[in-house]
This record gives sequence, structure tokens and C-alpha cells, in this order.
Amino acid sequence: MPNYTLNINGTNQSVTTDEDTPLLWVLRDELNLVGTKFGCGIAQCGACTVHLDGTAVRSCQMKVSLLDDVKITTIEGLSEDGKHPVQEAWKEIDVPQCGYCQSGQIMTASAFLNENSNPSEEKIREAMHGNICRCASYNRIEKAVKIAAEKM
Amino acid sequence: MKLHNKDNFSRRNFLKTSALAGGGLLIGFNFLTACKPEATMPVDVTSLNFNDFNAFIRISDEGYVTIFSPNPEIGQGVKTAMPMIIAEELDANWNKVRVEQGALDTKKFTRQVAGGSQSIRQGWDALRQTGATARQMLLNAAATKWNVDVSTLKTSKGIITNANGDEFNYGDVVKEAALLEVPEDVKLKETKDFTIIGKDAINVDIDKIITGKPLFGLDYKADNMMIASVLRPPAFGQKLVDFDDTKAKAVNGVVDVLKFGDKIAVLANSTWSAMKGKKALSANWKSEKPESTKNHDEILTNILDGKKFNTRREDGNVKKAFTDADKVIERTYHAPFLPHNCLEPMNFYADVTADKVHLVGPIQTPQWTVNRVAQLLNRKPETIHCEMTRMGGGFGRRLYGDFALEAAEISDITKQPIKVVFSREDDMTAGTYRPASKYRIKASLKSGKVSGYYLKEAAINGNMYGAITNFFPAGCIPNYKVDTESHASNITTGAWRAPYTNFLAFAEQTFFDELANELGVDTIQLRLDLLQNVKNTTDEKIEYSGQRMEDTIKLVREKANWGNTKEGIYQGFAAYYSHNTHVAEIADISLKDEYPIIEKVTVAVDCGILVNPTGAKNQVEGGVLDGIGHAMYADFSFKDGKPEHKNFDTYRLIRMQEAPKVEVYFVENDKKPTGLGEPGLPPAGGAIANAINAALGQRLYSQPFVKELKKNTVLG
Ligand code: FES
Ligand code: FES
Repeated sequence: MPNYTLNINGTNQSVTTDEDTPLLWVLRDELNLVGTKFGCGIAQCGACTVHLDGTAVRSCQMKVSLLDDVKITTIEGLSEDGKHPVQEAWKEIDVPQCGYCQSGQIMTASAFLNENSNPSEEKIREAMHGNICRCASYNRIEKAVKIAAEKM
Repeated sequence: MKLHNKDNFSRRNFLKTSALAGGGLLIGFNFLTACKPEATMPVDVTSLNFNDFNAFIRISDEGYVTIFSPNPEIGQGVKTAMPMIIAEELDANWNKVRVEQGALDTKKFTRQVAGGSQSIRQGWDALRQTGATARQMLLNAAATKWNVDVSTLKTSKGIITNANGDEFNYGDVVKEAALLEVPEDVKLKETKDFTIIGKDAINVDIDKIITGKPLFGLDYKADNMMIASVLRPPAFGQKLVDFDDTKAKAVNGVVDVLKFGDKIAVLANSTWSAMKGKKALSANWKSEKPESTKNHDEILTNILDGKKFNTRREDGNVKKAFTDADKVIERTYHAPFLPHNCLEPMNFYADVTADKVHLVGPIQTPQWTVNRVAQLLNRKPETIHCEMTRMGGGFGRRLYGDFALEAAEISDITKQPIKVVFSREDDMTAGTYRPASKYRIKASLKSGKVSGYYLKEAAINGNMYGAITNFFPAGCIPNYKVDTESHASNITTGAWRAPYTNFLAFAEQTFFDELANELGVDTIQLRLDLLQNVKNTTDEKIEYSGQRMEDTIKLVREKANWGNTKEGIYQGFAAYYSHNTHVAEIADISLKDEYPIIEKVTVAVDCGILVNPTGAKNQVEGGVLDGIGHAMYADFSFKDGKPEHKNFDTYRLIRMQEAPKVEVYFVENDKKPTGLGEPGLPPAGGAIANAINAALGQRLYSQPFVKELKKNTVLG
């Protein structure tokens, strides 16, 4: 099996795996970064969201062989101490219900806020529409993104 | 499920204490039954024994309080609320309280099932009693140390103060407390003196969740663990004939392929390899009695048209009421099957060795699962140890341990630790679905009143449980009857968030809306008038309270500005009682190009004392949006036994832009806390259906609404 070097959360990591292995499973199974979640495997739910060079993408769709030149950020590397403004807002509002979708939500929100400093309610709802929360914590996600925008 | 349950909680010997080897006091408690005389307390916290005790409290020398509870968390906030109740009576400093999930291998935990919204209600008295007893022990110890009368001492936030103003931290007296007798009669706080209950507390796992720490079953790992991806019969009722695993075995990382029952497991050293290996299998199946949604439609309709029913409740004489009526109205409502779709797909870890079995994973029924695994593998339950992880949603699906049994069976064959992991497709197609059902409701109107009411239920694999027949409008209408009948299917079905009432509430509440229109009275006023009849009922079976329902309805009417909204806003109302909680909801919708947009749902809830207001609000919000999402969009069907939807591309769940604002208000009272996981859901479908009718003059009789709206060309 081929070997790949990935830049994840600021460190280079080497993995030996099939070329079609999605980043999601490399993170979870090979590198023990289980904060990135599996929900659907077909780009529908957003539970697996990570940043590639700062852009939110679905890691279940990213083949490991195509990631040699990018910086990958996962929930574990979003901040050093769990104090990214989005994480703080999530805590302040107590967003999670079961919590399973939330790292994906946080990664989507943080990439979005990097590009949009003062988003309207409508823009927030649009940006978060791709992330399913089966527990339907949507009201609080919306509120927390607003608060995070103020903190950023 | 009964409202009039007796509190058979005995204070005698329900608690034992010991001094911990490393310092501090350990209290083990066992509510509902006394501790066994031979039950011994461990001397360190690595060997907590949940066979003899329900939970443990440790108070360290520094006064930190740790509660070890095996109660599972599925997103209902119970893991936060239960410790709050103990800490309240203990008068601890909430900032110094920690909660740890204990492994569970017990027969005794009162509520090992995190379902049915019952955890808090059942634990309420016992948890308070435990906290209060622990506090009294610390007080007694302080009194001995100071040599003063215990009645002169006070506690607050983990500090004991005497008449001179001297202070002991709880940690200062734990050594002495461990040596004292357990006090028998302790006083509980007045609810008005609560300082922790009723204050917002955030989810105890919040830091782990927002930083992506391992918490869930899918995150669990063990040395030498293999991942198992299982190929199950693609259609219900199918049996495996033969299969070819040549291609599967050629996939990198696949270690083994094995058959068990009518299933085939692909074992690999990574999830991706296991899933790829499974896709590379080819198998032949033979079908037995495949069922399709079309058959179910006919079967259920035939049941409703037929005569064979079980009568579940009967008051007065409905037949006569219909004969004497000015007008009779009859409507039929239809609900499809629904998968649960917990966002964390089903998964379970099992390590079966010669003398013991270790199970780990997200499960709502650990004890039942242990017993079933014991039976399956012919082992003694005592040799099976089951650890619960946090669950990425439950909704009823994780009551069924089918995935744990699969893991145990595979590990028993391979003698290796394995974890069964479902793909989303596996999760959606190997479900224990909300059964499809139909309701036919007939009412008679006489002199401006509802004089008779007759409800028939036709459902797949079983019927509503008994208590439901005694929900509203039972007791409100003199001539009243509920009949049920079911069809046995080979499609697996089970409890789905608020079983039966998740759809029945819509049917009844939209039916009453139609009756109010027919009678020309305000729909809320019709409910309030009917409720007068049940207020002084002597019928012990009636589950709900007329007064509490009325107060809840009046609160939502006021908060939602019923009848006085902005131009272009249409309102719909529904109220329902489930899981011992009274809920009333008003939906506000607007129209955008003839398309209904749900703007807001106002909710009033009577769930007794609010233990954790934030948690409670979150629960209700989620329940309402879940109810709306499934009523609007969720469609699930079978063709020749095969599920026709497999993933979120064709099965639609509610998303952010469809989610209205939910405003939640609580009726304040001193009553025992009741369930919150389910009760927000049932009225939601009715409230929006009634609002859609107000806006478009279009009645809805089946779910999902989008399908019916399209059929009737409202949506073009
Ligand atoms: S798991 Fe990648 S989008 Fe759902
Ligand atoms: S919190 Fe459970 S899926 Fe979002």
C-alpha cells in the first residue's frame, strides 16, 4: 500500500493506506483523531467536516491521495485549548444535545465566520443548512454562530 | 406510565459508606430496594460494584464531589439533571461536583433504560433522599467534632457552619463521617430553598464535545480490535442461499469473511476496508413473503373497514350517540414507517473470551442486552460486563440490542475483539421502524357539542399501549370508544420517539380542529370546554389532569398572541399529554408563493419542577423540530420487503433553513418532575397541519405533509 504524508493540525503525519481511503477514515482509524464524525459517507450530513486550507469540506469525500499539498485542520486542532470563539459560543449557549453532529457544525461555522465577519441571520442559516443535526439543535446553533461572530 | 404510582421507596438501609484508601468518603446507594446485607463497599474507586449499588458518591478530602452513575446519556440531559438533584439535597457547591459514567453490569439500576422520558421522574425521590442522607452524615460528623448539637449547624455550598461562625469544608469531616451510622430520618429541602435545581447547568460533557474527544461508541478502540461490516438480507423475509467472497477477501485490509445465520461479516483492520470488502461480496437470497408499502396500505384499510377489533376503552354508548347525532364526521389518517436515523450509526464492541464477555457501546438497555447475549452464547449473565458510551442519539433505536448481539456472535466465532459498525445504509435498511399505521376517527355532534367519539387504530406489529387510551379526550366525551387491531409483518418495528402518540396526536388534534370549524367555535375554546368534563373525574384510569392541561393551553394562548397576530401569519393549535407531561403548541406560518413557511412555534409545557431549565428547554425545542421535520418530510417505504430509501440523499431530514424559531414557556408549579425527551414532539405535527389549513384551506390526513400538499397541487 502506498504511503502518504499529510499536514494535519500543523504537523506532518505519515500514513500507509489505499489511495481511495477517504480522509475521514484516515483521521479516525489511522491517526486516532475521532472528533471528525461519520454520519452518512455520501456528503449529505456534514458530520465529517474539516478544513482544507481554511475551507470547510466533507472529509468522507476526500481521497487521501489528493491531499499532499494542503493544510488539514480538524476539530482537535481548531484551537489549542478549546477556546476558539466558535467553541466558546457553543459552550455559552450549551448547543449540543447528543453532541454527535457538533464537531462538524463547529468546523462549518468557523470556516464560514472566517470569510464572513458580520453575517445576517439569513446567511447563517444558509451556511449551516448542509449540516444535519438529528437532535434538531438548530435554534441554538444559529444563536451560537451569531455570538461567535461578535467574538471573532 | 401511570400517573398514580405509589412511592414504594424505602429509606431503610439503602445506603452504605466506606473510607477510601486514598482519602475521602465513598457512599454507595441503592434506591428502590435495600442494599444486600452482604454487599460490601469497595475501598477504591477503580472497583465500584454496580451489582449491589445503583450509584456512588465520593467526597474527597478537598471537598470535591464525584458522582459515579451508570445512567446512559442519549442527549436527554439526564447525565446532568440526576447529579443536580443529589447535589441539591447534599447542599454541595455545584462547581465542585463532577460526574463520571460508571460501567454497568447490574440487575438493580432502577432505570437502566434511557427511554420513555422516565429517568428523572422515577429517580426524583430516591436521589433527593440520597443527597439529604449524605448531608446529614456530614453534619453529624461535624457536630461530633465540634461537640455541639447538630441542630445548631447549617450547610451551604459544601460548607458547614456552626453558631460561632466556625466553618468546616465537607472534605474536613469525611473521615469522621465514614465511621458514623447512616441516619434514618432526614429532612428534605423545601422546593423554595433549592439553589441548584431550577438553575441552568450546562451539559457535563460539553468540553469534550466541542473539542472532539472520544466519547461515543464509534470512537471506542481496543487493542487488536477488528472492524466488522455485516451484509444482512437486503429485504425483510429473505434467507441467505449462498455467497462468493473471493473479491471481498482480495480487498486490502480484509482479514476474514464469515457467515453467521443469514448474515455475512467482513472483518478488516480498518472501517474503510471492512466497508469495501462488504461491497465486494456477492450473495444470493431467497424471499419469503415479501411485503410492500402498497400491501400495507390495503391491509390496514381492510382492518379499518372490517369488524375484528379489540376494544380498549368504552364509555357510554357510541352507537346511540351516532344515531342521535345532528351530524357525524369521520376521517382517516395515515402514517408511514419511519427509521430512527440516529446520527451516530449503530455500532457495538464485543470481546468474547473463554470465561468472560466484554461489551462496550451505545445502548439504552444494557441489562436486557446482557441477558440476551448470555442466552445467545450460553453464558452466565454475571460473566458479561457491559459498558455504555455516550450515544449519538437514541430516539428508541438503541433500545434494541440487535447490533450488540451481532458483535457478540461474531466475536464468539473469531475469539477476537471486534466492533460491528453500520454504514448509514445499514442503519436505515436494518432498522426497527416506527410501524406504519392508520387511524379512523368518527365523532358525533349534537346541539353544538361533541357527543360521541370513536377511534380505530390499525397498525403493523402491535397496537398502542393501554395508557394511551386514557389520554385526552378520554373522560371529556360521554360516549367514547377505542378499538385496535394489528397486522403481523416480518418487517422489524419498535419504539420510535413517543411511540404511537408521535402520530396519533396529529390525527386527533387536527380532527378536533376540524370539529371546531364544523361547530363554528374557536378551536382552543372547544378544547377548554371539553376539559371541564374531566376535571372532577373519579376515573382512576384517566392519565392526564384537566386542570394542568387547561393551564398549559391558556399559557400558550397568551404567549403566542392567539388570534391577534400580524397580517399574513396563520396560526394552528394542538395540545397533548404524553410521558406524564402536558404540552400545548401554536405554530405560526406564512406563505411564500403559496408555499407554507413555518415561522415560529410557541410551546407551553407543564413538566413539574424544572430541574435544569436550559436542559429542559433544549429537550422541548429538539422535540418540536423533530416532530415538524418528520411530519413534513419523512417518507419511508418498502418494495418487495426492501427499504426504498437508504441514505440522506433520498430520505429527507429537517435542516437549518426549515427550522422555525421555537419559544418555550414552562408552567410553574411544585409537582414532581416529569419527562421531557418525548412530549414536545407529538403536538407539533397537529399544530402545523392546523396552521396550514388556516392558511390554505387544505386539510392534511397523511404524513409526510409535503407529499400530500404536492398531490393536491398546492405546491404545483
Ligand atoms: S459523513 Fe461526510 S457528509 Fe456525512
Ligand atoms: S446534537 Fe445530536 S445530532 Fe446534533
